[in-house]
Amino acid sequence: MAAPKKAAASTAQDKTDGGSPPEFTREQELKALRDMLLIRRFEEKAGQLYGMGAIGGFCHLYIGQEAVVVGMQMALKPGDQVITGYRDHGHMLATGMEANGVMAELTGRRGGYSKGKGGSMHMFSKEKHFYGGHGIVGAQVSLGTGLAFANHYRSNDNVSVTYFGDGAANQGQVYESFNMAELWKLPVIYVIENNRYAMGTSVSRASAQQDFSKRGASFNIPGQQVDGMDVRAVKAAGDEAAAWCRAGKGPFILEMQTYRYRGHSMSDPAKYRTREEVEKVRHDQDPIEQVRNRLLAAKVSEQDLKAIDAEVREIVNASADFAQHDPEPDAAELWTDIYR
Amino acid sequence: MPIQVLMPALSPTMEKGNLSKWLKKEGETIKSGDVIAEIETDKATMEVEATDEGTLGKILIPEGTADVAVNTPIATILADGESAADLAKAPAPAQQQKAAESAAPAAAKAEAPAPKAAPSAPQAVAEPDPEVPAGTEMVTQTIREALRDAMAEEMRRDADVFVMGEEVAEYQGAYKVTQGLLQEFGAKRVIDTPITEHGFAGIGVGAAMTGLKPIVEFMTFNFAMQAIDQIINSAAKTLYMSGGQMGCSIVFRGPNGAAARVAAQHSQDYSSWYSNVPGLKVVAPFSAADYKGLLKAAIRDPNPVIFLENEMLYGHTGEVPKLDDFVIPIGKARIVRSGSHVTIISWSNGMSYALKAADELAKDGIEAEVIDLRTLRPMDTETIVNSVKKTGRAVTVEEGWAQSGVGAEIAARIMEHAFDYLDAPVARVSGKDVPMPYAANLEKLALPSAAEVVEAAKAVCYR
Repeated sequence: MAAPKKAAASTAQDKTDGGSPPEFTREQELKALRDMLLIRRFEEKAGQLYGMGAIGGFCHLYIGQEAVVVGMQMALKPGDQVITGYRDHGHMLATGMEANGVMAELTGRRGGYSKGKGGSMHMFSKEKHFYGGHGIVGAQVSLGTGLAFANHYRSNDNVSVTYFGDGAANQGQVYESFNMAELWKLPVIYVIENNRYAMGTSVSRASAQQDFSKRGASFNIPGQQVDGMDVRAVKAAGDEAAAWCRAGKGPFILEMQTYRYRGHSMSDPAKYRTREEVEKVRHDQDPIEQVRNRLLAAKVSEQDLKAIDAEVREIVNASADFAQHDPEPDAAELWTDIYR
Repeated sequence: MPIQVLMPALSPTMEKGNLSKWLKKEGETIKSGDVIAEIETDKATMEVEATDEGTLGKILIPEGTADVAVNTPIATILADGESAADLAKAPAPAQQQKAAESAAPAAAKAEAPAPKAAPSAPQAVAEPDPEVPAGTEMVTQTIREALRDAMAEEMRRDADVFVMGEEVAEYQGAYKVTQGLLQEFGAKRVIDTPITEHGFAGIGVGAAMTGLKPIVEFMTFNFAMQAIDQIINSAAKTLYMSGGQMGCSIVFRGPNGAAARVAAQHSQDYSSWYSNVPGLKVVAPFSAADYKGLLKAAIRDPNPVIFLENEMLYGHTGEVPKLDDFVIPIGKARIVRSGSHVTIISWSNGMSYALKAADELAKDGIEAEVIDLRTLRPMDTETIVNSVKKTGRAVTVEEGWAQSGVGAEIAARIMEHAFDYLDAPVARVSGKDVPMPYAANLEKLALPSAAEVVEAAKAVCYR
């Protein structure tokens, strides 16, 4: 069972560090399954609501990449910060933000995390240490380095997990941040989610150095390529990177080799890749199916897995219901939160 | 003929310096490249190298002399075969200086700043500062010192306040504004950054989102264009986008606008750019006291504040109240001179022209009321409108461009709130609609002048 999957992984992904990642305990497998399923079902529902016109503007779905945020979150401890770009719903759910608040923000309602004023790309939670949700490609990399700066300034041992994509990895401020992060030994894990396409441009058409784990080489930042479809590999790499940061050794780069099943945004016809390519990854490497198959092989009953499915669906359906019935923000909200 | 060594200018804005030390004695042989003296300005200490060979004939300015004007002859060098007897042949200092002045960058500045000890606001200022209790002891400080003291006081008060930027620590500030801060607060809180404005502005904003209170110094606001995405998209908008959950208390400060002879890429005035953006506060003071009180307010403000300074004013002195905690509220303009015939509204270095013009106008019997806006956003519309209701006429003065400028905004507000009180259309005096030229005469033409303000004021008074 494991053998063919591993072979598929190595053909679809350029190269990952060899060897099987450490096994999860049953509890870890169940948690990973549940958290990834929540993101997948949530995103499917968001796609559906978008199609119904209940969600406006841009809506970037995370389907296919779930193992990255779920595995990374399992490597973190309380107080560690998370920041990302515009494809952020999965990150928020992974940090424990409520599905209701995220979905209601997508529909622009008062119960949304930003009272309906931020939308899909702009949500925050001080409580969960989630610092957004940023719509300008690459901006979160400097900001996330600033979160790490704050940890360093306060001499705590928290780390900043700063996510960005293969597209953002070509932005100039990323390298300005890399330089300062290493210079000042800031505790930041740069998680480059390489889903192979920056909107419609494949990595090979946009990136002179396609091994993103090497992008910190000229600043002496260590990097590692990770099978981002295997939640265990993600968690193991996250553990290593977090330990590095907490030991005061500075930043660490993790290139997560992953794949987005859907288009860049809801309005993307995805003509830049074949249906077969998408189907192959889905079939061979799906992060959720990997966990489900391992659990079944370990004699967890179908019944138990269905219970998880049902619990997740209930949360997602409730969030969709809330997000469609919650009132829009009061007109007076137009003028609030500009200054404090 | 003996060669004169002149007091050199170390920067485009230097006007005088101290001759701290002579390293050669009279009669000593000098080769080209020898360091002959050390001079010191409020910004830096520099060595004077000989560019000619010969013997040091006579030291004209003894060491320890303060405030030696640029281009003053400080020594003479005798060429081979010349003797002390030839010293008399040296050109008369006055002539020499006059000739040098037309070529010297500092001296060519259009509106030469006031001489030392003169306050940056002329004596004619009539209105006492309402923020300062009567009888408060005042200290004379340069604006540079006022800024440094404001930062130091706030850093003592709040451990979350830190300064970052290019050359702010070990170099003591590119314009010496952060002088001494590294020594007092250490490298953890006074942080030299690489030359990466976009990156360190973003790092500052990220740190501020966690509750720290960064002061981000830009060597000039011209370089902040590299960082403007982080300032506007991240700093200004996050509070709103997060529904009030997450904002940032951060100050972006540095010199803005024209300095002297630094041409188009180093001379832009960003007043109107930043004051266009909801979520930002924009402060642009003129007097030393306002620089101090408003910077302290900016550092305490829970919002992102753009603090626009002016390099030409750094060396200006003014009276700063000696109070334990002198904070001026953001958003309040100040009437610095009262009058009944015309209102002149300006801020930052524009006030130099406005006040000089008011003096000129008074000679012709026109009493101008001069308003220093101090804060551009939020703009103190009430003070402007109340004044215009009294005078019926208004002139705006800014170094920036007229199109979509702050003067245009002021004119619109006057029209909206005091249209029926106007006896003449509002006049704008601004920088000319061109990139800043380098040549001294063209630069002077590109900037506003007191004469233009006088002309505009007379025009709206139909005089």
